[in-house]
This record gives sequence, structure tokens and C-alpha cells, in this order.
Amino acid sequence: MEVFKADVAIVGAGGAGLRAAIAAVEADPSLSVALISKVYPMRSHTVAAEGGAAGVVRDDDSLDYHFHDTVAGGDWLCDQDVVEYFVAHCAASLTQLEHWGCPWSRKPDGHVNVRAFGGMKVERTWFAADRSGFHMLHTLFQTSIKYPSIRRFDEYFCTDLVVEDGRCQGVVAIEVATGRFTFIQAKAVILATGGAGRVYRENTNGGIVTGDGMSLAYRQGAPLRDMEFMQFHPTCMPGTGLLFTEACRGEGGFLLNKDGYRFLQDYGLGPAEEQPRNKFMELGPRDRLSQAIWHEERKGRTIDTPYGAAVNLDLRHLGRKKLQERLPLICELAEEYMGIDPAQECIPVRPGIHYTMGGIYANLETETPLPGLYAAGECASNGIHGANRLGSNSLVDIIVFGKLAGERAAEYAREVQHSEPTTLAKLAADAEQRALDVVNRTDGSEKHSILRREMGQSMESGCGIYRTADEMQSTCDKLAELRERYGNVNVEDKSTVWNSDWLGALEVGYLLEVAEAVAHSALNRKESRGAHQRLDGFEQRDDANYLKHTLAFHTADGPPRIEYQDVVITRSQPGTRAYGAAGVAEDAQAAQEPAHD
Amino acid sequence: MTDGNKIIEMEVLRYRPEQDQEPFYQSYEVPFLDDWSVLQGLQYIKDDLDGTLSFRWSCRMAICGSCGMMINGVPGLGCRSFLRNYYPGKLRVAALEHFPIERDLVVVVDDFMNKLAQIKPYLIPKQVRALDQGEYLQTPRQLEQYRQFSTCINCMLCYAACPQYGMNTDFTGPGILALMHRYNADSRDDGRAQRMELGHADAGVWGCTAVGYCSEVCPKDVDPAHAINQNKMGSAIDYFLRFVKPRGASQ
Repeated sequence: MEVFKADVAIVGAGGAGLRAAIAAVEADPSLSVALISKVYPMRSHTVAAEGGAAGVVRDDDSLDYHFHDTVAGGDWLCDQDVVEYFVAHCAASLTQLEHWGCPWSRKPDGHVNVRAFGGMKVERTWFAADRSGFHMLHTLFQTSIKYPSIRRFDEYFCTDLVVEDGRCQGVVAIEVATGRFTFIQAKAVILATGGAGRVYRENTNGGIVTGDGMSLAYRQGAPLRDMEFMQFHPTCMPGTGLLFTEACRGEGGFLLNKDGYRFLQDYGLGPAEEQPRNKFMELGPRDRLSQAIWHEERKGRTIDTPYGAAVNLDLRHLGRKKLQERLPLICELAEEYMGIDPAQECIPVRPGIHYTMGGIYANLETETPLPGLYAAGECASNGIHGANRLGSNSLVDIIVFGKLAGERAAEYAREVQHSEPTTLAKLAADAEQRALDVVNRTDGSEKHSILRREMGQSMESGCGIYRTADEMQSTCDKLAELRERYGNVNVEDKSTVWNSDWLGALEVGYLLEVAEAVAHSALNRKESRGAHQRLDGFEQRDDANYLKHTLAFHTADGPPRIEYQDVVITRSQPGTRAYGAAGVAEDAQAAQEPAHD
Repeated sequence: MTDGNKIIEMEVLRYRPEQDQEPFYQSYEVPFLDDWSVLQGLQYIKDDLDGTLSFRWSCRMAICGSCGMMINGVPGLGCRSFLRNYYPGKLRVAALEHFPIERDLVVVVDDFMNKLAQIKPYLIPKQVRALDQGEYLQTPRQLEQYRQFSTCINCMLCYAACPQYGMNTDFTGPGILALMHRYNADSRDDGRAQRMELGHADAGVWGCTAVGYCSEVCPKDVDPAHAINQNKMGSAIDYFLRFVKPRGASQ
């Protein structure tokens, strides 16, 4: 097997991975950094993010507001020390991207413009039309070319982490073009592999979003934290699940039921006003909006589509000029994929899986419990998103914590030495054999595409917007069955060049493990909070018992072991999470009480 | 997977270097719904008919740039082309032209990636600015000078469309020249002279014979032909200025 010796290896070349790579080489240009990605960097799923990235810039805004929006938006499951660090570093991180050329949309005076987003008290979302993630990713990728000590391994598929002497010392990867294995030996490894939305069927995520890094870390004993909190985005294309950005509502779009009624006013988000108002109505948080659509369906007030119930996203009143300027990609999606001109007609939308709030547990320094292993971006659970992420917090999460991970991993790499090469080579060879076993077996009978499909359907029925113990238990049972059947998977394609059948089978292996972590974490949380809502006697938030993070640990061949961990509360005690007029009343009352801090 | 009663015949280019002497077309019967893309047709083949077919894809929404292919001989994104538009005729899907085939619909993109790196596709600032000085100011009008050229998704359809690149792959090609113009036209940038060393060459803007098919197939209205034209003008002006400017004069 080929061996490449690096100081820092980074898995994933999306926003977080690229930012980490640049930070590591800027911290120490003498370090050798390996950047490994199963796709070319500009294909990474950061590319599909639309709306924008949060960073306080306006005079009427404050870090305190951003902190409180994030913590309350996360239903107090955020680690507040981490949120504190996060909000303080957002604007500078976004300015850094501007200095690297990111074409942020501007105000007439030349300063960066900001737009409104759900759950945010003041406009603070930096945007590049509705292609914000695309521009951030291309800016980071193109900027990374300036640094010759970043050695890219494009289209290398990671199959394992190598752990020796109690620390992570590299990764084993398949070169997709040849099927050959490479051991990338490294003193520190950063996982930046993105989310796991593909455990569900209808989702906004690209095909590559298969939880690879989560599964790799989990198998090595690192816990997956808060996995039950899977975000449903309220406005997705029926069927494909493609995303219509929250910026549609930030720019003033309405959500209507089949009667043309702005139904969100019936769910504690009103009153309905003509002009968009922050934290009211359509600018409420994603969990609340998706839940409201669920209720509208049960009241018979939704529109039928061949792909299930939908509500209408109404952008007509924004006018063609503004739509073309602020939401060109949305216009393209509606026109090309649905034959709808959004200046003339409403767009039918329904909730779809969008974001994995949970992930590999990582602390404020991006360290996982496994020494030498760091995690940043959507694959990590660093504690800023809690039980419900606010829109535009993730695009800035990836650069704030991607940078930090790069710096911390670089420091760590300077302090430690590689272990004995032969010991590591042996471990890498074992990893190679495990991946080869999946393709080489000839007695398998299960198609991985079928397993993936059954998994997605089961996750939707058991771990949807609203959940019951019976349905979650059925999903857990189904996933155990699928895990069993996965042991009997057959890969038709036995060739070495670009064998995507084999890689697909490996991805289904990752997905099934992550799915089990999601379902069991959900079943064990006997309360309702953020994106985890129950209908079976646990409809309320239960701070006495569940103001805690869920930790799911991998076990030899059973379901995960579930433990809990305290949430870090510094200055915001759990309160009532209110939006619309109720939110204003709540703020007024809080202002009269003595401050908590 | 589908209850559609329409069935379209998809002929897909196959080539597995370990077993096939040369590329050939394999035919599949694909039942589909009216909103299905060509990519969804290929996914159906892979999931339900033949797991050995390989192709690149990810976002499904025409932004990641992975699924460029020849569809009935025309460069297109699989995810943004729809089966209904070819039905009841059959559909031929092949690897992007002008690139070596790695396998099936997957092409070798090393040439594109190397060229991208060569043109210094990053901001070379006029003046270095510290983070605490805030952002560079750039008016919406200045942004508009390069915005269009910054929306290239690197799908390489323009390379498959470009007859010049097809004849001689030394030609830098439309997408990368558009990217070069994206930075050259950015009011914050001062790297034009460095980039135009490559741009002036025969492989650069002067390699273009102004066929314009690149702009026609571009799924994002980047209009690379326009970018190249602007640079030809810039390149010609640079050429003449060499004679009128005294040596050592500032740019």
C-alpha cells in the first residue's frame, strides 16, 4: 500500500475542510497537510447552501442578540461557552472570506449587505445572492490553491481511521480512479465530512452526504452527540426535496395554506403583517414552521401533490426584478424543475430533511474524545446548534470552527511523533482488507440500493417531524434488521476503476450506523425539544430530566449505548421559547426581571 | 420506485477499461415520471437494473457541476435535463466530449484542474487589508463587472462544446478563461498582469476562434465567449501600450 506522511490530514474538502487546511498551513507553512475528499472540492455539499451566513455588523445589532437568538433557537440545548466564542468570531471570519474575494452582495455604499433570516432578531445574514454556499466554497477552494503545502487527494474515499497508541494517526483511503489504497499517515486528523441527511429519503442533501466521518469516528469509540435532532427545512420541492432557501421568506415571501391563508398566525407566530418582521410569522425558526405544516396537513388545509401534502410559498408580491436580483437560483429551480414562474405563481413546498444538528462530539477546541482527532462543520456536534439550528448559522460555523480545527491540529501535530511505521502499516493493511471484503465476497444476496431505500422510508416513518415510541421502536427494529442484512450485501461490480457500486455499499454501511444512532437517541429522549417532538405523553420540554446532550456510543454488534452529558449553561437559563407577539411579551418580561448574569 | 407508465429507452455509453476493448452503447428500458431528470433515469438504472454503471453526481440542482454529459450529442447537466423532453424517442447518454473516458460516463478532468490552478484563481489584492479594517468597499456596480463570471460551476460543458479545445487541448479553454476574467475584472484585484502572461499566449484568449457554442451550452449564463472577447480587447491594448509607455512606467 502506498504511504503518504503528513502532519495533518483533513477528511472532507467542503467549507470546513478547506478552511481548516488554509488555517493549518498559515499557522505553520512548514507543515505538510493532506486534504482528502471523495469528490473534487468544488462538488462538496457546501456548494448547495443558498441563503447566507450570520455575522453581526449592524449598529442596532449585538453579539448578545446573536447569542440569545442562537441559544433560544436551539431550545437551550446549546453549550453556551461555545456559542459565546462562535458569535464573537463570525463577522471576522466572513470578512476574511471577503478579503479572499467572496462576492458578497453589497449596499450602494460598497459595504456588505445583510438580510433577514428566521429566528434572528436583527438582519445579520451576509449573502451572495442565493448562492452563498457556492461562492464561499469556490472562494475557499480557489484560495487554497495559493498554498503549495496543501496536498490534495481528490476523489479519494476514506474507509477507516488508523488509531494506535490511543490516538488517531491517519486514514486509509481508496483512490477512486484506480481502486488502489493509500495510507495517509498523520499526526493529527480533522474530520470535516459534512452531515448525514441521506439517512432519510426526501432531503435537500447531495448524494455524497452520507455521514462518512461520523461513522468512522463512531466506530473508533468517539460518541455521536444529539443525533435525534435532524432538521426539517419547511420549504423543499415535493419529491426531490430540493431546497427553496429561507431567504425567500427573509426577502418577504409568505407561506399560505390551500385557502390562501397565512396559517403560521395560528401557531403562535403572529400577528400576520404585510412587511416581514424579524422572529414573526415566516421568519420564525425552522422547527416551528415544519411542525405548523404538519398540523395544517392534519387539518386538511394543505395542497395535494403527487409527492404528498404541500403548502404554497408565495413570492409573487416581491416582483420579478427583486426575485432576479436576490433569488436567481430559486427562480431557476422553480422554472426549470417545476415549470413555475415565481413572479406569477406560488411554489408548492413541503418539509424535507436538511441538516444534522448532532454529530461527532467535539469540544470548544474542536477536539473529539479521541486524541489527535478533530471535527468541524456539520459532521461535528460542537454545541452551537442545540436542538434546532438557526438558518445562516451553519455557513459561518464551518469557517469559524474549520479555522480553529486547522490551528489546533497544527499545534498538536508539532507536539507528537508518528508511531512505529510497521505497527501503523499493519493497522492500515487490516483496514484495507475490511474494505476489500465488502467487494470481494461472492455469496452475498442483498442489494445495497434496496437497503438504503428501506432505511430512508423507515427513518421517515419513525423519526419524522412528530414521533411516538411505537414508531421509533419499529424504526429501531427495522434498522437492526437492515444491519443484519448488510452483512450479506452483494457488490455486483468487481472491477477496480471507478467502482461506484463498491463505494455505494460502503456508504450504506456508514448510513446504517448513523441511522441507528439517530433512532435510538430519539427513542430514549422522553421529552419534546426543538426538532425532536413527541406525541405520546412527552409533549413538553423536560429540563429536570433532559436538559442534557445525548451521547450514542458504538457497540460491538448491537444498537448504540446511550449516555447523557450536561449542557454548559453560562448566562441564559432555560426560558420560554416564544416568537411573534408572544416573543415580544416574553422579552419585555425578561427585561423587568433581574438579569441572570 | 415509479408507478409511471411511460417507458423511455436510454442508451448509455459503457466503457470499463479492465474488460472492454472500446466504448459501446448499452440500452436500458427506464419507466419514468414527467418530472424525472436524465440523472434520475441513470440512478434508476444503477439502483434497479445494473449496479455496474458509473457516473458522477451529487447535488441534483445544477450547482455542484458533477453530472455534465453528452445528451443526444449535446453537452448538458444530467440533473437539469428532463426525460419527458426526449420521449417517445430514445435518449443517448455519453461521457463529455474532448476528455479522456475514465470509465462509463466518468471522464478524466486533470487537464481542467491543472489549468484552473495555473491562472492564479484567487484575489491578488491591490492593497493588503487587515481584518480589523473591515471589508474592501465594492459598489454593486463594481460587483456587476465580474459577478456573472464568478458563477461558473466548473461543469466543463463549455469544454465539450469548444471545437478549438477538441482539436488542441493546449488551449486554456472557455471556463478557465472566464474564471481568469472574473478575477481580472474584480475592483479589489491587482493580479491581471500576472494572469495575462498566460492569457496573452496562443493557448490563451487568442486560441479562441469565436464560435460561441460555449456560451450556448453554459447552464449558468456565465457567457465565457464574452469574457474571452473582453480579454482579447485587454490583451490587444496591452500589446500596443508596450510601445507607447516608457519603460518602468506604472501600470
